[in-house]
Amino acid sequence: MRFFVEGVGLLGPGLTGWQASRPVLAGAEVYRSAPTVIAASELLPVAERRRSPVPVKLALAVGQEAFNNAGRDPAATATVFASSSGEGETLHQMCETLASADRDVSPTRFHNSVHNAASGYWGIANRSHEASTSLCCYDASFAAGLIEAATQIAALGKPVALIAYDQPYPEPLHSVRPLLAAFAAALVLTPHATHRAFAALDLEFHQGEAQATRMSDPGLEEMRLGAPAARALPLLQALTRKSAGNVEMEFLSDSRLRVAVSPC
Amino acid sequence: MQPLVISRYSIVNSLGAGAEAVLRALREKRSGLAPCEFETARLETYVGAVPGLDDFRVRADLGNFDCRNNRLAQLCLQQDGFDQAVAAARDKYGAGRIGVYLGTSTSGLHSTELAYRRRDPKTGALPADYRYAETQNAYSLADFARRYLGLAGPGFVVSTACSSSAKVFGNAARTIATGVCDAAVVGGADSLCLMTLYGFHSLGLTSTGPCRPFDADRDGISVGEGAGFALLEKTDRAEAGNVLILGVGESSDAHHMSTPHPGGLGARIAMQQALESARLQPGDIDYINLHGTATKTNDASEDKAVVEVFGSSTPCSSTKGATGHLLGAAGITEAIISMLAIERGLMPGSANTRTVDPELKSRYLIENRSARVRRVLSNSFGFGGSNCSLVLGSAG
Repeated sequence: MRFFVEGVGLLGPGLTGWQASRPVLAGAEVYRSAPTVIAASELLPVAERRRSPVPVKLALAVGQEAFNNAGRDPAATATVFASSSGEGETLHQMCETLASADRDVSPTRFHNSVHNAASGYWGIANRSHEASTSLCCYDASFAAGLIEAATQIAALGKPVALIAYDQPYPEPLHSVRPLLAAFAAALVLTPHATHRAFAALDLEFHQGEAQATRMSDPGLEEMRLGAPAARALPLLQALTRKSAGNVEMEFLSDSRLRVAVSPC
Repeated sequence: MQPLVISRYSIVNSLGAGAEAVLRALREKRSGLAPCEFETARLETYVGAVPGLDDFRVRADLGNFDCRNNRLAQLCLQQDGFDQAVAAARDKYGAGRIGVYLGTSTSGLHSTELAYRRRDPKTGALPADYRYAETQNAYSLADFARRYLGLAGPGFVVSTACSSSAKVFGNAARTIATGVCDAAVVGGADSLCLMTLYGFHSLGLTSTGPCRPFDADRDGISVGEGAGFALLEKTDRAEAGNVLILGVGESSDAHHMSTPHPGGLGARIAMQQALESARLQPGDIDYINLHGTATKTNDASEDKAVVEVFGSSTPCSSTKGATGHLLGAAGITEAIISMLAIERGLMPGSANTRTVDPELKSRYLIENRSARVRRVLSNSFGFGGSNCSLVLGSAG
């Protein structure tokens, strides 16, 4: 399956946007980790901005950056959201309340607890009635999102944005599912080589164990393994290069994705 | 889209285990709803519970996955010859050529609710026997089903609240159309938990009695639990009498997190796209299985959307008065009820509905009707404004 990249968004520890992070990913600047900076989306109405939980802010920020870089209208583009952890803080608060005597749960927290909260707020922020899905595939959530985006483009012939994000859980869930840091990556993808497109991707699904492409910088490699959304890092790194290359990533325990990246 | 044949399906909910049990209940207009006695829930509401799950255990080699949701999934995989049909498909195509796309909204969340009551009083830690990846994580359901069925194709979980297990038909259709796999298992499971019972209650959306879709006096939903699975293959495998998935439409409300668009805008787009995807006109649809949750706002906005697309003559009903709202499993459950409608010529009437709200203008069925049903549209709408409509039809 062949498709094209028009725009990228990136937020992670020490990675403050795609443009700012390109020299780090390309190896021209040293990677220095720092807490992920997450701001609320100004596209949301005030009430929704106040109510939106942190993972939603993370997803909206990185998605918005990718669309800005692509120069494409988010209202007219389908979206695929991919996250392993979803709405962790909200889950924790709800479970604490349900374990208490009064079980007086907050209605806003309840509607924020769904895995597709980010997708819902995205639609409101961008006034988009386009199709939107929200996937979970544990550690392979980014790979699942990428194959879903690729098959949408191939089967429907329309652009799709992939937005992958993970926010660490608070304790006690953090101990049973430790994630290193908040991380999000977004790709605006199209079926044709538009004038904004800067790379072509050829995606293949294969059986068998992956020889996953790693990051040579130890800090970035730790991040790649530290959050499912950060499995996007080797692909993002390949997108900074001027020459063609291949990226391999783990999908399920018995399968992998191969992505051939060629600048255009 | 390229139609796919549904070569086998299985279903479990409060109406019974297996398609014949569910069909019998629909024919008798029996409801599976009863006063809520789930676990420690103390709420004045009705639920559609599946009996026997407390004592059920998942297959021993998958013991780490044992939780209410995966028990329900396994119980369903064992109905209607589904696991044998998948085994035969595995021999035919190879395990790596069959995808698994399942929907759930809460996965094994009840395990986490129970674990939060057993936290270490000093450290706050969760108990050592708590299994996050195999129960709480949304992917747990597809992980469990892939292992149970011995499949190795692509797979993931779609979690878009109450549209989840309708949208998976789209994932399967796209991966088969692009040659990534030859066949797919789709479906979903959602089981009772405190979060949804107390959560819907906090929003004022639960009825104190059994829910009454489209009734003038409707006052909210009844939460239920259930599962359903379907095996999808290319149509060269179709036999006379098989049902096909003909079209999928997906849209977003872009309105509010938990209230549908008052004009039914997103619902209308999803229905129109499903018809377009099936290359059909509104007049080609014989029956509509509505989302019909029995909240004031859902039924009013869905009615507007249905009348706008179909006019007021297409027979329609919600089956949630019988099953309750199965949340992430609602899409597959109602798709399977739509398949039964086609195969057995039954337009199910609306259990528990007494007087149709005169404000609602669609042609709502309270009583069962026997008729030739060739094509059905099924609606599933969820929190976050996530909408999905499916079109199913007979192969012959």
